[in-house]
Amino acid sequence: MQDTMMKRASELLADGTVVRVLGWKNGEFVYDPTPAVFDSAEALAQDFVYHDFCGSNLSKYLIELSRLEGKTLVFLKPCDSYSLNQLLTEHRIDREKVYIIGIPCDGKLDPDTVRSSAEGILSAVTEGDSVQVETMYGNVTLNKADCLLERCTVCKSHKVVVFDEMLGENGTVNPDSNRFDMVEKLEAMTPEERYEFWRGELSRCIRCNACRNVCPACSCEQCVFDSPTSGVSQKAAADSFEENMFHIIRAFHVAGRCTDCGECSRVCPQHIPLHLLNRKFIKDINTYYGEYQAGAEAGSRAPLVNFTMDDCEPNVIYKGGSK
Amino acid sequence: MQVNQEFRPKIVAFCCNWCSYAGADLAGTNRSNYPADVKIIRVPCSCRVNPLFILRAFQRGADGVIMCGCHPGDCHYTTGNYYARRRMTMLFSMLDYLGIEKERTRVEWVSAAEGAKFAATMNEFTATIKGLGENKRLEDLRCKTQ
Repeated sequence: MQDTMMKRASELLADGTVVRVLGWKNGEFVYDPTPAVFDSAEALAQDFVYHDFCGSNLSKYLIELSRLEGKTLVFLKPCDSYSLNQLLTEHRIDREKVYIIGIPCDGKLDPDTVRSSAEGILSAVTEGDSVQVETMYGNVTLNKADCLLERCTVCKSHKVVVFDEMLGENGTVNPDSNRFDMVEKLEAMTPEERYEFWRGELSRCIRCNACRNVCPACSCEQCVFDSPTSGVSQKAAADSFEENMFHIIRAFHVAGRCTDCGECSRVCPQHIPLHLLNRKFIKDINTYYGEYQAGAEAGSRAPLVNFTMDDCEPNVIYKGGSK
Repeated sequence: MQVNQEFRPKIVAFCCNWCSYAGADLAGTNRSNYPADVKIIRVPCSCRVNPLFILRAFQRGADGVIMCGCHPGDCHYTTGNYYARRRMTMLFSMLDYLGIEKERTRVEWVSAAEGAKFAATMNEFTATIKGLGENKRLEDLRCKTQ
C-alpha cells in the first residue's frame, strides 16, 4: 500500500495537479508516525510511510494547508473522511484546494498494546488476523483483534465518504457496530458509581490539551480555554472541578459535530476514555433528535444548531426514556 | 450569639428578559412568596445561557441552577428557546452521565403572566435542593468563601 500511495503521489506532484502531499512519516520510533507534509518526490521517497500505526487523522491539518497556494494531496482513511466532510460543512476547508485519495482501512494498531507485548519494535506487518512484529529481540506474532485501537474494535464505517480517487476497494458503513455498549453500561450504573468512575478517569488529566489540539472538530482560531478568565487554568488541575468542567465543555463544544473519530482517546497520554463523553452526546442526539452521523454528508445541519417545534422537553432525562 | 444552623442553599436562576424576568416581577407585585435563596440573573434570552454559565455557577458555589424562559413558540426572538431546549437537554444529560445529581439542574418555561407559577416553581426547586444538601460534586474549593 505504501508503495502504491507513494507512486500515485509522485505522479500527481509531477503533473502539477498538486504541489504538496500530506501524509505520515516515522517519528523517533516506528510506532509513533507523525503527520508530515512533503513537497517533492525525493522527500516522499525519503520519509513517507504508511503502515498500521498510522492512526492519526489528517483532516485537521488541511485547515492550514488549504489556505496556502496550490492544491494539497491528502490520504484519508474512512474515519478521517468523515472529519473532512464535517470541516467542509463548516466551511473550514476549501474543497478546491484539496485533492483527496481515499485509502481503505481495516483497523489501526494501538502502539501501547503492541508495546506491552513486544519490546524494541522495529516493524509490524499485518497478515490477516495476526500481526507479525519484528523486534530487536526476535519476532513476535500477535492476534490483531487484541491490539487494535479502541475505535477500531467498534468501527462504525469502512466507507470513505469523500474522495477524488480511491486506492483499493471502498468499504461499507457498519450499522451494527456496538460502539455504545460502554455508554449503556455506564448509564445503567447508579449516579454514585458513575461519579466514582469519572473521578477515577478524569482525575488523571494533566491538562496537556492534546485532546483539544488533535480534535478535528476543535478547530476554533481562539479557544475558550485559552482565555485566562475561563475558570480553567492552563496547567495541571489543582481541583477536581476543573477537569470536569474542561471535559464537559470540550465535549459540549463538539457535540453534534463530533464524528467519533476517536483521536481524543488515542492521543491521551493518561489513557482517559474521552470518546465515552462524545459518544454519550452522539447517543443522546440519536435518541432524542433522530439518527445523525456528523460528516456522513457534507452540508448537513448539525443537531445542536437546529431544532424542531416538537422536540422533547429537557425533563425527558429525568424520566430516563426517549420522547 | 445564636447561629442559624439551617442549610440555606444558593440557587441561581437564569431568567429571560421578556418572559420569566417579568414573571418574577409579577410574582413580586402579587406578593407571592418565594425563597430569598434564589438569585436571579437576567439574560436577554434563554438562548443566551451558555452551558459554561451553568458550570460556572456550580463552580462558584451554587447548589442548584434553574433556567427559565418563554414557553416554546413564544420566544421574543422567535426561535431562541428552541435552541436552548436542545442545548440544556444535552447538558443536563451529560451532568447526569458524570454522576452529578440531575435534580440540581432544571428548565422551566414561565411566561410574563405566570407570576404564581414562578413562585411555585422556585419554592419547589428550593425544597428539592434543600433535600439534596450542599453541592459537593461540582464545586471549586478555591472559589469557596471563608
